[in-house]
Amino acid sequence: MNALKAGLVKLQSWEGFLLVVLIFIILMNASLTENFLSVGNQMNLFMLSIEKIIVALVMTFVIINAEIDLSVGSMMGLSACAFGWMFQQGVNPVAAIAICLLIGLVGGFINGWFVARVGLPSLVVTLATLIGYRGLARVLVEDRGIGDFPQWFNDLGQKGLIGPVPFGLIAFVILFLVLYVVLQRSGFGRKTYVIGTNRDVADFAGIDTGRVKIVIFVMSGLVSAFAGLLFAARVGAVRGDVANGFELDIITMVLLSGVSIFGGTGTLVGTLLAILIVLNLRNGMALLNITGHIQTGVVGLLLIASVLVPRIKLPKARAKEVT
Amino acid sequence: MGWIDRISPQTLRILALLAVLALTVLFFASQIENYFNARLFNRVSSSVAIMALIACAQTLVILTRNIDLSIGSVVGFTAFATGSLVTNNPDINPLLLAAYAMVVGAGFGVVNGLLVAYARVPSIIVTLATMAIFRSLLVEYSDAKSITSDALPKWLVEFPNVPLFTIAGVELRAAFVTSLIIVFAVHLALSRLRPARKLFAVGSNPEAAEMAGINQKAVIFAAFVAAGALAGLGGFMFLARFGNITVVAGLGFELKSVAAAVVGGVAINGGSGSVIGALIGAILVDLIDTSLVRWELVSEFWREAVLGLLILTAVAVDAILMRRLIALRVRREKARKEAAK
Repeated sequence: MNALKAGLVKLQSWEGFLLVVLIFIILMNASLTENFLSVGNQMNLFMLSIEKIIVALVMTFVIINAEIDLSVGSMMGLSACAFGWMFQQGVNPVAAIAICLLIGLVGGFINGWFVARVGLPSLVVTLATLIGYRGLARVLVEDRGIGDFPQWFNDLGQKGLIGPVPFGLIAFVILFLVLYVVLQRSGFGRKTYVIGTNRDVADFAGIDTGRVKIVIFVMSGLVSAFAGLLFAARVGAVRGDVANGFELDIITMVLLSGVSIFGGTGTLVGTLLAILIVLNLRNGMALLNITGHIQTGVVGLLLIASVLVPRIKLPKARAKEVT
Repeated sequence: MGWIDRISPQTLRILALLAVLALTVLFFASQIENYFNARLFNRVSSSVAIMALIACAQTLVILTRNIDLSIGSVVGFTAFATGSLVTNNPDINPLLLAAYAMVVGAGFGVVNGLLVAYARVPSIIVTLATMAIFRSLLVEYSDAKSITSDALPKWLVEFPNVPLFTIAGVELRAAFVTSLIIVFAVHLALSRLRPARKLFAVGSNPEAAEMAGINQKAVIFAAFVAAGALAGLGGFMFLARFGNITVVAGLGFELKSVAAAVVGGVAINGGSGSVIGALIGAILVDLIDTSLVRWELVSEFWREAVLGLLILTAVAVDAILMRRLIALRVRREKARKEAAK
């Protein structure tokens, strides 16, 4: 009886609610279409959005820290285009990958420096770099498409590395585990929450808040650059508009997870559940031949519901966090 | 009291923006042959006519500490809805058509406003979601068709290009003049009318505004509805200028409008800024866009990179200078008090 009670209490957390929604969607999908549970469709479900869900993991850090990074989509584009351009110039692909990751690091640092040291709102800084990094990507490839990458590079994005599981999904799982430990079990993670809850208090407690913010933006840039390379490998070609508009999908996933836009709350497990919900929902709708724009609209409805519903059902659990 | 104590930061911002605008024109005039002429004005003014309205709409919302990311979808939807209305009723009165666009836009504003002000969902979440929802409504509504300019009445297609006055080749075109009049009317309202001043009160200190008896919810709601109506009018202008409307119309306008407002000195945290600033911001952004295309020294693909740099520099310089200015004033104030003793 007590165990049942404890279980029910746990289900009343936001993550528990997401889990129920997820199970419901999976059951719906499985009953609507036969293909849904096949290994091929399950891999496809992840791989079609693998770049977005990888970046959503670090975006969780950014938003818990009460900031936002709108430039992730452009950074993915810049990294992919830089790779394509260097490849065309005859640079060794491995060196090119390293340089792309370095670009992500520097780009993230620029965001973090303007936010933490100049004291500008991250919304404005990353809006500027959203335009700027995309611009640099276009400078590199102009209006061409670049492809014909080495076979091993394309295979990393397209083929299974361990059985049917591709490299991107393995990277996602490893990144999730590492970031989970950092956010939920380390001092840096605690600092991320404290700064997000109240930056002044964190400052007075002796935390170098600026440094934490810069590190988080650098992480965001680096992971976005990595995701951009993954996109290049998966598609096998790059263009100036790679990953255009991805930032909004990524932020939607994170906000759906119960991470408050004002910072300080949310967990990486929540993000994982929200990612699974969005992916399964989209996949189910795609199997039912519902177009992309409508799918995005449904996800939008879900986003608003995710803030409104808990106020009715779980006044204690979430209402405080949201207002 | 020197000028430094009297001039308001807002006025200083506008003057600085105008100086940057002048410098930009001078710079490109020295780089590009035959640059500074009537055609430049005509070209920039035609495209600013749309963006000025949308930046103005965005400013109203930002002033209250909110943001409207759905504005591009509202522009797209109203452009399409207005287009299909006029295609089916070619004899409709032009003013009625513009009013229809504004009402449709305001309807979307009501949805945003209700959710933000009364259901108290953060605006970035609401409008991120409604951006997608309004766009999918457009997809449903359009039924995979698009509006084509040959189905539109002649007056509508000509509206953006009709010169009202021509001075030495410089044409003041109807759409641009309409936008200017609206922006100045909003500016007058914001600086002179009591209800409109409440936007600033709510944006700079919500608690204090509430205690002063201002109905915060109603003010935020009104800001979203007004922004929706202005975006709707922007959709009407968009239809008139481009004629061919598909489901992707207005995509990306949400971030462009925020960029124009921010370059124009509107504080993203609310409570400070002016629509004139946003107008100049929109002009500056468009001027740089147009000029870089013609500058032979760099490829036109540098446009966005330069634009990003411009926004970042504008905001950083603004923040640093304003901090300095305030510190300077505090010092002078102290010095005066010392002297008085």
